[in-house]
Amino acid sequence: MQKSNWLRAGLLATLAGGALLAATPASAQGSLVMYCGVQEEWCRAMSGAFEKETGIKVAMTRKSAGEVYAQVKAEASNPRGDIWWGGTGDPHLQAAEEGLTLEYESPVNKDLHPWALSQWNAAKKRTVGIYAGALGFGFNTQQIKAKGLAEPKCWADLLNAKLKDDVQVADPNSSGTAYTLLATVVQLMGEEKGFDYLKALHKNISQYTKSGAAPAKAASLGETAVGIVFIHDAVVFAVQGDPIKPVAPCEGTGYEIGSMSIVKGARNLDNAKKFYDWALTPAAQALGAPAKSYQVPSNKNAPVPTQAPKMEEMKLINYDFVKYGSSAERVRLLTKWDKEIKALPK
Amino acid sequence: MRPATRLALLVGWLGYALIPWYLPDGMSLTGFGWLAGYPFGKAGTALALALSGSAPWLLPVGIALVVATLLSNRQPGTATGSTLIWTGLAGLVFFFAQGFAITLKGQGIPWLAALLGGAGAAQPGMGFGAFLTVLSLLLLLCHGLAYRGVCRGDVFTTSSIGIVIMLIGLFIFLPVATILRSALVDSDGGLALGDFVERFLSPSIWGLGCLTANTNCGVAWNTLILAVLTGVITTLLGLACALLILRTGMPGKRAMRLLTVLPIITPPFVIGLALILLFGRSGLFSTLLFEWFGVPRSRWIYGLPGVLLAQVLAFAPIAFLVLIGVVQGISPSLEEASQTLGAKRWTTFRTVTWPLLRPGLANAFLLGFVESMADFGNPLVLGGNFEVLSTKIFFAVVGAAHNQGQAAVLAIVLLGFTLAAFWAQQRWLGSKSYTTVTGKGDSGLPTPLPRRITWISALVIGPWVALTAVIYVVILMGGFVKTMGRDYTPTLQHYITGFSIDFSRGLYFDGSAWPSFFTTLKLAAISAPLTALIGLLTAYLLTRQRFAGRGALEFATMLSFAIPGTVLGVAYILAFNVPPVEITGTGLILVIAFVFRNMPVGVRSGIAGLSQIDKSLDEASTTLSARSFTTLWRVVLPLLRPALVAALVYSFVRSMTTVSAVIFLVSAEYNLATAYIVGRVEAGEFGLAIAYSSVLIVVMAIGISLIQLGVGERKLGRRGTPALASSAAEPIKQG
Repeated sequence: MQKSNWLRAGLLATLAGGALLAATPASAQGSLVMYCGVQEEWCRAMSGAFEKETGIKVAMTRKSAGEVYAQVKAEASNPRGDIWWGGTGDPHLQAAEEGLTLEYESPVNKDLHPWALSQWNAAKKRTVGIYAGALGFGFNTQQIKAKGLAEPKCWADLLNAKLKDDVQVADPNSSGTAYTLLATVVQLMGEEKGFDYLKALHKNISQYTKSGAAPAKAASLGETAVGIVFIHDAVVFAVQGDPIKPVAPCEGTGYEIGSMSIVKGARNLDNAKKFYDWALTPAAQALGAPAKSYQVPSNKNAPVPTQAPKMEEMKLINYDFVKYGSSAERVRLLTKWDKEIKALPK
Repeated sequence: MRPATRLALLVGWLGYALIPWYLPDGMSLTGFGWLAGYPFGKAGTALALALSGSAPWLLPVGIALVVATLLSNRQPGTATGSTLIWTGLAGLVFFFAQGFAITLKGQGIPWLAALLGGAGAAQPGMGFGAFLTVLSLLLLLCHGLAYRGVCRGDVFTTSSIGIVIMLIGLFIFLPVATILRSALVDSDGGLALGDFVERFLSPSIWGLGCLTANTNCGVAWNTLILAVLTGVITTLLGLACALLILRTGMPGKRAMRLLTVLPIITPPFVIGLALILLFGRSGLFSTLLFEWFGVPRSRWIYGLPGVLLAQVLAFAPIAFLVLIGVVQGISPSLEEASQTLGAKRWTTFRTVTWPLLRPGLANAFLLGFVESMADFGNPLVLGGNFEVLSTKIFFAVVGAAHNQGQAAVLAIVLLGFTLAAFWAQQRWLGSKSYTTVTGKGDSGLPTPLPRRITWISALVIGPWVALTAVIYVVILMGGFVKTMGRDYTPTLQHYITGFSIDFSRGLYFDGSAWPSFFTTLKLAAISAPLTALIGLLTAYLLTRQRFAGRGALEFATMLSFAIPGTVLGVAYILAFNVPPVEITGTGLILVIAFVFRNMPVGVRSGIAGLSQIDKSLDEASTTLSARSFTTLWRVVLPLLRPALVAALVYSFVRSMTTVSAVIFLVSAEYNLATAYIVGRVEAGEFGLAIAYSSVLIVVMAIGISLIQLGVGERKLGRRGTPALASSAAEPIKQG
């Protein structure tokens, strides 16, 4: 008998533990499950402000954009999330293409910048732009000075032989930032010349990092002289007082559109729509800067953070989000990059 | 029927007739609104739902219970056993058939669903009623087998084997099969063997460019080289450390022991981060070398050397934990016999001690090898252009390419390596006996180490300990200065942001880190004992019981360990987001992921420990008419204390430090410390990340001390030498 007592005791313990843990998130009334794709502090500010304003309880999970996409896709047969807010636009477009997200037209749309709406049109109403950030690079002022170089201002400056093994950018297979670079260079210089540029740049690349923002961190610490990143990622460190200077390249540059989508099959659809409308208002979009996120908001009436890179002073290319956001074009470019750039000897 | 079987039956009826069958939304133990409509509706019991016709497919399961009930007064003989086997088996078949066939509308197995429940049948995820019922059916089947004389008619043994097999099947095989299936199908779900072969043979996996040209080698070779190096080095370091601590009178052993265990309780990313701050191009050491000796700054840390260094620092303590138990368990009488026969210390070590260390060495190597393969944090931070399978898989899933099929192919390669390592380990150990803990009382004094081994060990361990110490100084300091590496102004700001407590309105945990901290602590505390229980039980079954499919079971336990966390995380979502087991978004899925991911350590250390304990001890206990549970509890378990400590400590610590396995499983309500720390690192807030890590280290240190205190030391009845007794690092009790 003793053995079965023991089994039973274990069983009861498991059961009790299980019962405590299995308490599923609060019932459907008055709640919202939010997948957040930007950095934690901004996510918290958004969910907190929305809670305060509407009384709707927000359950927020922060993940990188790619992780949210992977999760939304894995959960497609039984969705758990309601709203997917933030993160670079490509995974949002991909999800839209695969029908994982829902079409929605917000009454606030009329106040948005044209680029935000072009994202919305590209996704056939399934995702909308909430902020934009231009691509560029950040350089470590001390290192550049030590090398006796003039401050780099253009893409072409990064090919300088003195920067050998001293430029970092992420691997486009793993990072949306680096894919934006690939697509930008192709659109800016044409495909053939663009790949020639990347081949030349390859000689100066010390390392293709995994995470898109990592080169900014490395440049701020002096682990690399130049990091190719979204400019706002470099601004974060510059504001902290690190010796890093953000640059918008003189030839022109591409940009990302941080996006927002409603998950198809959302359990709290009404609340998701409420959040969607609210998140596009100037008040909600002003929450980024205090949370140390210096992207440019998509609502024309929202204040642009003073530290934010001035988009109107940059030369922005006419980035074709429909073409370069489609999975066919992406797979083609990535395969080509793998074959022609990554496989090159140093 | 024996009383135990009747009890099992009772549990089944409890689950079938009284406890809600499904897992309803909003269930909690504090409010009972979800119980509305009981015993019908969402929180209905199987009996009520089956009889009222809303879930007729549950009826056959009940019939199986009825048949078993009719047997309850029969003698527990062979005939009853056969009937029980068939009843339990039929019940299980019906149970799983309806569970997997009838799920959400339009999913599951449509033809079977229509057959069982008519068109449009659907049901939510199973709950505790279903859990108890399936457990009961399984127990009935196992008891039936015992009645027929399987495993010497021992009910406990057959039941344990049954439960372990079912758990492993459900929580390891099912998710792994789900994810591997995606390697073979294209995006529309059709079979695509061509794609698979092409992906599998790709030069990015198997290329040998690094030998002939100045390009990178295939990711498979990188991973293999790294894992073998890590496995060998960690095993040797662990061995050197264990020998020094147990077999010499070296000073400072206690401090050394503490230091060696520190890396194991350090959250990922932190060691890598500290290494960059020390040896990176602008790191402390590099700057010193540059300014004093003009050594040019370089980036050697990014790549194989850095990852290897970080992994060795992180995983050598695991080897140490396995080996210290084994070294301690080696009976000195064999060594004494060797010396009595005139062998020198070195000869004794080479011909007696070393061979007896084999199971420990093999297990330690296997753990280091597999850990290195599954490690994700260190290659991510320090990898540079050195790619390994685990990071490649992660970015195949979440990266810009979104290629789950590719991830699955890479996972298959990874599994292949693990399989090979496992096979090689078995070959090396062969079928020799390594028993040294026997029933005979005092068995002599442990031989002091040969001098050359002592010197080699000390030379190896010295720098390692020094490096570890420096790294922890960096980590400790990092939390208290503004920006590590640039601005060394002392500040408490990082701790205040994370862990401030507001006393003005009573006790209010204000800091941003508290919620994830409490969740992590709670989940780790729940999963650690469960992991140890299942792990050691499995080890006991594998080494002490003979049954068909033992080798397969042993391999299955290693499976979840070999699969990188990311793949396991995605696999868990794919497998457990839909009925019959619908547990995503709950804390339960995290606990289950922890338990089954960390179980191999319990199994490994259990097997290593058990292979030293003479079976005659079990047999003596059995001869004195103790049943196998009593033997396990009173004889084996006390001798297994080091293994138990290893399993408890390891699973507790791993639950608090895992990143990749849980990154897909955390939800708003169940966020974890590591996910929070990774977010801080991404945002460039190293200070807060390091401060949080330091807090976790302290908490884990306290947890480990509590575990050590609670479990206690094993008493082996060995005489202590004065030198050993005074060392007090691992006090060996006086016989």
